[in-house]
Amino acid sequence: MSIALAHKPGTQFTTAVTAAFGAFAGLLVGTSQGSALIGIVLGAVALGALAWALMTFDLPERMARWAILAVVAALGLLIGGIAGLFVGLIFGWFFGWLIYWIGSGRYRMKLAPYLTPGQVLWHYTFRVICGAIFVFLITPILVVMPLSFNAEDFFTFTPEMLRFDPEGYSLKHYRDFFTNNEWQRSFKNSLIIAPIATVISVSLGTLAAIGLSQSHVPFRRAIMAILISPMIVPLIISATGMFFFYSQIGNWMEGTLGLNKTFVGYVKVVLAHAVLGIPFVIITVTATLVGFDRSLTRAAANMGADPVRTFFKVQMPLILPGVISGGLFAFITSFDEVVVVLFVGSASQKTLPWQMFTGLREQISPTILAVATILVAISIALLTTVELLRRRSERLRGMSPG
Amino acid sequence: MSTVSGTGPGTADAPSPDDALHEAAALADRDTPPRHGAAPDGPVLAADGTPLKRSLARALRLQKTRALMLIAPLLIFVLISFIVPIAQMLWRSVENDIVSNTLPMTVPELAQWDASDGGLPPEPVFRAMYYDMFLAAEAKKHTRLGTRLNYEQTGISSLFRQSGRKLDDLGKDILKPLRALDGDWAQAAPWFELMSGADGAAKDTAALEAQRDRLRRVTESPLAGEIGFAPSSEISALLPLTAQAYTDFAIFTVLEDGKDLAKTKPWETVYPALIEDMQTADVAGYGGPRAGMLQALRAGIAEFPPPSYSAAFADIDADWAAPQVWQTIQTHARTVTPGYFLNAVDMQLTPDGAAAQPESKQILVKLFGRTLVMSLIIMGSCILLGYPIAYLLANLPMRTANVLLILVLLPFWTSLLVRTSAWKVMLQQQGVINDTLVWLGLVADESRLVMINNQFGTIVAMTHILLPFMILPMYSVMQTIPPSYVRAAKSLGATNWTTFWRVYFPQSVPGIGAGSILVFILAIGYYITPEIVGGTKGVFISNRIAYHISSSLNWGLAAALGTILLAVVLLLYWCYDKIVGIDNVKLG
Repeated sequence: MSIALAHKPGTQFTTAVTAAFGAFAGLLVGTSQGSALIGIVLGAVALGALAWALMTFDLPERMARWAILAVVAALGLLIGGIAGLFVGLIFGWFFGWLIYWIGSGRYRMKLAPYLTPGQVLWHYTFRVICGAIFVFLITPILVVMPLSFNAEDFFTFTPEMLRFDPEGYSLKHYRDFFTNNEWQRSFKNSLIIAPIATVISVSLGTLAAIGLSQSHVPFRRAIMAILISPMIVPLIISATGMFFFYSQIGNWMEGTLGLNKTFVGYVKVVLAHAVLGIPFVIITVTATLVGFDRSLTRAAANMGADPVRTFFKVQMPLILPGVISGGLFAFITSFDEVVVVLFVGSASQKTLPWQMFTGLREQISPTILAVATILVAISIALLTTVELLRRRSERLRGMSPG
Repeated sequence: MSTVSGTGPGTADAPSPDDALHEAAALADRDTPPRHGAAPDGPVLAADGTPLKRSLARALRLQKTRALMLIAPLLIFVLISFIVPIAQMLWRSVENDIVSNTLPMTVPELAQWDASDGGLPPEPVFRAMYYDMFLAAEAKKHTRLGTRLNYEQTGISSLFRQSGRKLDDLGKDILKPLRALDGDWAQAAPWFELMSGADGAAKDTAALEAQRDRLRRVTESPLAGEIGFAPSSEISALLPLTAQAYTDFAIFTVLEDGKDLAKTKPWETVYPALIEDMQTADVAGYGGPRAGMLQALRAGIAEFPPPSYSAAFADIDADWAAPQVWQTIQTHARTVTPGYFLNAVDMQLTPDGAAAQPESKQILVKLFGRTLVMSLIIMGSCILLGYPIAYLLANLPMRTANVLLILVLLPFWTSLLVRTSAWKVMLQQQGVINDTLVWLGLVADESRLVMINNQFGTIVAMTHILLPFMILPMYSVMQTIPPSYVRAAKSLGATNWTTFWRVYFPQSVPGIGAGSILVFILAIGYYITPEIVGGTKGVFISNRIAYHISSSLNWGLAAALGTILLAVVLLLYWCYDKIVGIDNVKLG
């Protein structure tokens, strides 16, 4: 603290930096109001003057920041209505914070005291760049959510939405999703296909992973390569191969075995998806088994348990987190998969992603955005589950969860 | 048993110190013969009296079998439902038995024709073609062959389709004078009696089976079952061509159409066949049913000139009188062809060997090039955007880094279609980015940026989608770089830049390599995103594969394109395995 205070920059520095930010903000506001140049000058002058005044007269910080917030928000309301008010609130908060953050030297507090000004500048520039990349990563997903409440059939924000007019928002796209037959059927198909495919890949995959982690497995590398291959081969190629193969299998099952066409369609898609999910199960479960203490199975055998009992009572509970997260990966692979089902399935096996894909290609309705929001919620739930499982398994293995 | 299993001579890979201890204990117990009763020079014995070596080998074998038994169900499942389809696709990229299956007689005849003098093929080729084509048209397979050959020469498809309809003309023209000679020639029953021979006459079943075989190849249906007909041996020897044509008709009519042979008029092919046979046949000694009809025809044969098949084909379409069509058929008659692969690299198989496609059809090499270039751009932008993030995550305190990691993992876990649709919403002309820019006044309302349905859209969306695949491997590598190295470099007087460039960066290169290959491999096989945001300029080779599978139905070409793509990906994976090892793939 004392060091930071010792480094409290001069009023001139604070004024200059704040004026630069003001110029930038002025540029944004200015261009939207017609003249960029006036905006830059006004912004720089206003912010510079404000910073100079605050630093020189040493006003109480809390009061000054509230005042700035109120004034800028009012200005925003005046210029741009409700949306302007929000921009104004953000700007006002930011500038109040910025002036004191720089003016009182708080910006150097967490940094090593020997850094040169250039290094400090780079440090914060780097943070801003990273922040921009994070924005790039997350914005598309966040933008979808409010748009899904659009009252109009547009893929963009309507003026009503920007005015935060309740008229501009509605749940009609969600209602459409839950009442429209086609969406419901595809959702149901996804809920049929994905769990069955997951069960197949998890049960077979776990067994194989246990086999692979024994100490003497002939051709281990070759076997591993084959089992991982569905993940390596691009989906379009898998889909092409499966398209030829499963149409023959389907004809055979319908012709020779005399099975129902719809049933055969589901079998084909489920098998194809199960294969795609297998590498994920194999990878996660073998990774869990690496940390498995094999003296535990020996102890169980020593005490008279047969291999099956040992597996269910000793090994399974310990590797369960790995199995579950492998299963979640397999589930999401199938739930999210569209290329293979597009090639292998027929219209009666239309899954949710397939429906979305056709919707996007033909641009039918923003119901897609409502579905997307639901799917994001599902993926957040899945992500949380996997993360909790990971922590649990690391705790069991005696590592710090971090 | 587990104690012993780890101690075989060839199993030095004791997995844990724990095992080693057991091993040592077991060896100490058993390797010191003086303490335990076995003879000093004899084999070391296990507890149950068998030699230790054998006992160990048995235990090892048991363990191997158990491991394989556990793996077997999955391995078989993956082999059947994944490896076999891929292998089948590879085979389909060279397979080409459609020509020789549909035109089984024409292909050997054509093989003897020397196309280099620019003339037409000899009459036997036309004759074989006539019967082959007629049969294919009856089985409705001629259009399929036409479609196949149309990939090589435009126009063949319609030529085949039209010819299929007009092939009857030759037979009808002959039938007219025949009917004038004896009305029975136009009836079903007399033909059946003539061909079957007298009751109890010897039957030429070999000819029947030969024709059945050949029909099977054309129709691709089993054609099993009794048809209640076989040509009599006498007729088969006397009128070989006619017997053949009638047998084809008989098999097809009974088994495919399910009609009564004795009540169905034969196909038009029997008439030219009959006339041709009768030119030379000696029917004087024939005593079977309907001998009178035959003898009357023989007497008046002078009025029936031998049928000219080449003239018939020329009548059907002038294209048959030009050598190009025949050359194309001859060139693509082989059952295993490099033609699809040549097509995949904008070349074609011509009678003179491989040649470049006409300029207007050359798109695939360009598409391959574009796929590679765009994948490289996507990879590059992923490195540029991913490196700072990975660096930040690796150098922040664990707790903060984990929170920020969620921002990376959330897109990773979100459905691909959600992200693609989000980019569609963001990038389109009435989309969020354009709206914001217009609202800010940076872009005029009438000149909104075109950011979707072009390469830019594909690159932005795919960079976003693949970025987590770059960040995660980089992050896991950077986590292992000890911070003390950087501190050491700085304390030795290096500047920030030197420290980064000479000390930190080289250690992070494996992460960049791993992430780059992963992203690149994923990018070149992408289909969904380019399809939705790529328009026509931003599509990849995979979109072309999908197009050939579902729209143009040129499956051979799709398979060839897929094979090339697969080869590239496997090569890259081999590199990936060399650099990082496939076992080190980590998820989330």
